[in-house]
Amino acid sequence: MSASHPDRPLSREESAGYDRKVLDYIRGAAAHGLYEIRGLGAKRALPSFDDLVFLAGSATRYPLEGYREKCTTKTVLGTRYAKKPIVLDIPITFAGMSFGSLSARVKESLGRAATELGTSTTTGDGGMTQEERRSSKTLVYQCLPSRYGFNPDDLRSADAIEVVIGQGAKPGGGGMLLGQKVNPRVARMRTLPEGIDQRSACRHPDWTGPDDLTIKIEELREITDWEKPVYVKVGATRTYNDVKLAVHSGADVVVVDGMQGGTAATQTVFIEHVGIPTLAALRQAVEALEEMDMRGKVQLIVSGGIRTGADVAKALAMGADAVSIGQGALMAMGCNGSSWFGGGAHHDATADYAAIGTAPGFCHHCHTGKCPVGITTQDAELELRLDPTMAARHLKNYFKTMTMELTTVARACGKSNVHHLEREDLVALTIEAAAMAKLPLAGTNWIPGVGHL
Amino acid sequence: MESVTADRAAVATRRFDLAHATVRDLNHFLHRELPGSGVTRVDVENPGGRHAIAAGIDHPVDVEVLGHGGYYLAGMNKHANVTVHGNVGWGVAENMMSGTVRVKGFASEAAGATGHGGTLIIEGDASLRCGISMKGIDIVVGGSIGNYSAFMAQAGRLVVCGDAGDALGDSLYEAVIYVRGRIKSLGADAREEPMTAVDLAAVAELLGRAGFPYAPSEFKRVASARSLYHWNADADQEY
Repeated sequence: MSASHPDRPLSREESAGYDRKVLDYIRGAAAHGLYEIRGLGAKRALPSFDDLVFLAGSATRYPLEGYREKCTTKTVLGTRYAKKPIVLDIPITFAGMSFGSLSARVKESLGRAATELGTSTTTGDGGMTQEERRSSKTLVYQCLPSRYGFNPDDLRSADAIEVVIGQGAKPGGGGMLLGQKVNPRVARMRTLPEGIDQRSACRHPDWTGPDDLTIKIEELREITDWEKPVYVKVGATRTYNDVKLAVHSGADVVVVDGMQGGTAATQTVFIEHVGIPTLAALRQAVEALEEMDMRGKVQLIVSGGIRTGADVAKALAMGADAVSIGQGALMAMGCNGSSWFGGGAHHDATADYAAIGTAPGFCHHCHTGKCPVGITTQDAELELRLDPTMAARHLKNYFKTMTMELTTVARACGKSNVHHLEREDLVALTIEAAAMAKLPLAGTNWIPGVGHL
Repeated sequence: MESVTADRAAVATRRFDLAHATVRDLNHFLHRELPGSGVTRVDVENPGGRHAIAAGIDHPVDVEVLGHGGYYLAGMNKHANVTVHGNVGWGVAENMMSGTVRVKGFASEAAGATGHGGTLIIEGDASLRCGISMKGIDIVVGGSIGNYSAFMAQAGRLVVCGDAGDALGDSLYEAVIYVRGRIKSLGADAREEPMTAVDLAAVAELLGRAGFPYAPSEFKRVASARSLYHWNADADQEY
């Protein structure tokens, strides 16, 4: 019997429901009996800030000159109860990422860049390293369910405290650090044996609901003599209610992390299927604050897929006081790049990507600890591939570029302060984004779900 | 601070009456004014179940709480010896680093949660989640403990002179639990193991610290089977 009839074309009708990605998933599940764990954030297309555009100055609005006229970026966080609020030069901050998921050199680089930029950086699930405390002028100390390495000395040395309830990449899911990243120092800081897979709890050990959280925050304030702002971070799910409860609990600052937010390691099913997009979460958070008459009293930081100056400007216009960036910062340092720099020369890393089964531009293998560019690793040799001086310079350039884009857009909208950007400056390009952000579809005054065509 | 009364007859002792002074006054004194003041003992009168009493101390001092405390009493304690002449709410001595906290009455949930060091002694019973996520603290409970105690406990020792509730030591790491009475059930990965000479000596020493008159030989040892230490398909997807 012949293999095929020469006149009959091969059938290549692909199924939308069982496309090659789903086939790969089913085959992988069948072969291994394990779900996939990976790093970074949601990869699927989602309604995002890209689906919004600004209505800048024209005959009806008066723009400011783009390069010369003053446009303030100063940002103050924690004005509600803290004796010492955080004062930043720009509204773009570094998101919490753990020592453990990242090397100490990366944490140091983040601190150096943040200090030079006049912004804050944040510890993560694994405690505070002395490298990051020394290098960071303004350091936010996370209080996480695991309490790995959590101690009163570091708490007192911090500039703000962030009680982490959830993370956008994995709301309700806790954290993971696979054994290959648990070197002696990481193990010691977390009080656990070397090389074991570490599971960070999904809920706090000493409080459960918002009424308990109120008392917990009061304790943290008592321990630090009411000096430091207390942030509460939630992964974006029921954001409207979560923000209200965070405010009720006494937060000075609420951090909302959307589903595009990254992680060092969690189940793909969480990353892609749990939580809501940042765009929708931000709008819900702002509505909650407005309804409680807390806009401007409790500050709002949004994170999860903030990549560009345009994203920052749109987040601020929608009502955020600041943004936090994690994945973009890693990419500025070389994440997913094809080479690393050392000894005055670039070194090709594609073979190292291939060795962990991926390629530059597609890598989400932070969980393996074998980061080919030396960022998400605890390997003594790999981590040397990141030069803290160069990494800090790239981070600084990246944040500076975004700040310039932010102020340029703000000026075009006629604002001499980036915090004066407002919802009225924005319209949506898609019906989905219009509905989630509650902004009119461009060229109409139609907001889906709100009414009036 | 007119509401704070100082005992001028004995300068080494300072009294705070929380019927008049605030917890913030008390803690401010303990954090900022105590070091170098010569005060070696602080009496807290009328604590009235207030929260965060004596939280965040970073200096050697004896604190006597003359009544009931609320949540997080002596939270994150370092160096101090705190005695509560009453009951306490959630999270007594949470995240303690060093020193001693003794509760003469009962303790509510999450007693000694995430503690890194020091000794927590509860003369009565402790409620749910006693010793949750403990990281090196020693906890000695004169009575019984509630369900889910020592959940994900990483290091340190928990001695229970009475009974333990359901799911004791669930997802236990390297902490060790000693129970004199009945264990209602063990949690995932926790197992009973034989008492060795090292265990008997440890229990004797901890009972001695607490002043409880039991024989170490009456206790059972519970520790981790370590079967959840590595993520794999045979672990019934516990991760």
